[in-house]
Amino acid sequence: MTEPSAKPPVQDGLAFERPLSELQTKIAELRKLNSGSHLELSGEIELLEDRLRRQTAEVYAQLSPWERVNVARHAERPLTSDYMQLMLDDFVELHGDRVFGEDRAIVTGLATMAGTRFLLVGHRKGKTVKDRLACNFGCAHPEGYRKALQKMRLAEKMKLPIVTFINTPGAYPGIGAEERGQAGAIARNILEMFEIEVPIVCLVIGEGGSGGALGIGVGDRVGMLENSYYSVISPEGCAAILWKSGDKAPEAAEALKLTSKDLLRLGLVDKVIEEPLGGAHRDPKGTVERVKVQLLEWLAELAAVPVPELLAQRYRKFRGMGTPVAE
Amino acid sequence: MAWTRFGKKKDMPGGLWIKCESCGAMLFRKEFEQRHRVCATCGYHFTLPARERIALTADPGSFEEMWIPLRAHDVLEFHDRVPYGEKLIATKAKTGEADAMVTGTATIKGIPCALGVMNFQFLGGSMGMVVGEKIALLCEHAAEKKLPVVLFACSGGARMHEGAVSLMQMAKTCGALQRLHQQGMVSISVMTHPTTGGVTASFASVCDLLLAEPGALIGFAGPRVIATTIKKELPKGFQRAEFLLEKGQIDRIVQRAAMRDELGRLLAYATGRDPVAAFKPQPVAAEAETAAPPPPAEVAEKPRRKQKAKKG
Repeated sequence: MTEPSAKPPVQDGLAFERPLSELQTKIAELRKLNSGSHLELSGEIELLEDRLRRQTAEVYAQLSPWERVNVARHAERPLTSDYMQLMLDDFVELHGDRVFGEDRAIVTGLATMAGTRFLLVGHRKGKTVKDRLACNFGCAHPEGYRKALQKMRLAEKMKLPIVTFINTPGAYPGIGAEERGQAGAIARNILEMFEIEVPIVCLVIGEGGSGGALGIGVGDRVGMLENSYYSVISPEGCAAILWKSGDKAPEAAEALKLTSKDLLRLGLVDKVIEEPLGGAHRDPKGTVERVKVQLLEWLAELAAVPVPELLAQRYRKFRGMGTPVAE
Repeated sequence: MAWTRFGKKKDMPGGLWIKCESCGAMLFRKEFEQRHRVCATCGYHFTLPARERIALTADPGSFEEMWIPLRAHDVLEFHDRVPYGEKLIATKAKTGEADAMVTGTATIKGIPCALGVMNFQFLGGSMGMVVGEKIALLCEHAAEKKLPVVLFACSGGARMHEGAVSLMQMAKTCGALQRLHQQGMVSISVMTHPTTGGVTASFASVCDLLLAEPGALIGFAGPRVIATTIKKELPKGFQRAEFLLEKGQIDRIVQRAAMRDELGRLLAYATGRDPVAAFKPQPVAAEAETAAPPPPAEVAEKPRRKQKAKKG
């Protein structure tokens, strides 16, 4: 469906960050100077910090869709593992799909956060090179999707709500994945997520890559972080097919309407969670805190909904997406 | 997802002769069409336009089309080289179809069912809001009227021009099938050449029974994407119907000529009818029967070589 985005971007989509990081470096230098000498530079620093804030706000308000895709893929953007570390009071990881193997591209486990218990399912991209390879850069195989489903059924039995973190360039396109029914595994998840009798909350935290994202993306509430994207195909893939050139990825990103604001406008997600100034990678802790508050609010809301009503609403929500006109 | 990889150039040339895409044999057009676009030399199953599929599958005169007026609209104001709105109008003019899915009710070997057929000629059979909506409506109608559902898939995947809206059709169709199944109705998916991307990763793979035509390319990612990702040559026969049968992903491979009989037989089991009775030659269907060669039972034996339990 989509190619992994492990390769370097076709066009430097993070060029807009350069003046900001130059300013940041300057401020850091002045700070060092300030503490190490008798020179009084506080006023100067304050001025520069103010300028940085204004400039960051300005730049981030005007990002193009392609630039946002690059923010969503930023190396320092918080991953599922960061959320787990900063947000959870307890986590018991559960492995394996009981059929074929253990896919590290999707993590599943029982979690507690501020007294609320739930099943966490999330794409895992990995931090180090070794980790990233083990996780296939967040591209799951069928066993990952089957593991997610098996654990979601467990959560249903334990009457625990489900929280999914979506962050994948797409499901893995490979020989083994096809042999073991990649398409069927994703389809099965999508179908069964309509019948799971506990609340499901889904959040796109970075890349919402096509079927690989939707495979853990059917929920009663679906949210997106401000600078994440959710798309039917990667901008590179779309450009290669429709423009016959991968270099047209920025144009494709624009055309696909894949930003959080677009998805909200199209009625495909329920909420956009604003990121701290200058994106989640500038303030992971602040980002996680916002997410935590939102998740707790949603889980509390949904806990009050009777099961038949919950399932009816879940179906109606997706049933209403993309309504044709009658001629 | 990339529907343009297949098709386009495969539009039938207007001449008397047609070259087989698989073995290169020259086929006499009239005979080729009489054989429902199956190569007489190698048995290769060409992509079949939706209307021809319906004529071949439903009992003559039994198909009643529903939801004809549904049209896609350009929610994204998408344009690559041509605006999507214009592309829709041009494709409609060229194909005479409103979108990539034809739905309605029919009888197959006398058994009433809800029938949905994808049309590859319309933007590579890509699934957008109309395809998704028609499948959902068909499933809801079938649940209400207690009908089994038969879906023919033929698609390059989701329609990029509708962006994430097309992606969500995967959820819409699966949700509709889930509700249908919950009410005890049986669904049958027939995957034909090609069935890939978001269509394989949604309704086409979660029906109760999964059938495929011989040689059909069926998969999640397109072969080219996989080859570029893994930087290796793909094994022979990879992602073909026979490969999927071997790997336990589908129930049966069915020759096009035997499809109506086979569906009739399965529908008989699915709806509590006598499958033997379903095979008695019907006076109405006598004319169509002459084109379909050997007696059904014999044909059906062939692909049964390896029958494994359906997974996922």
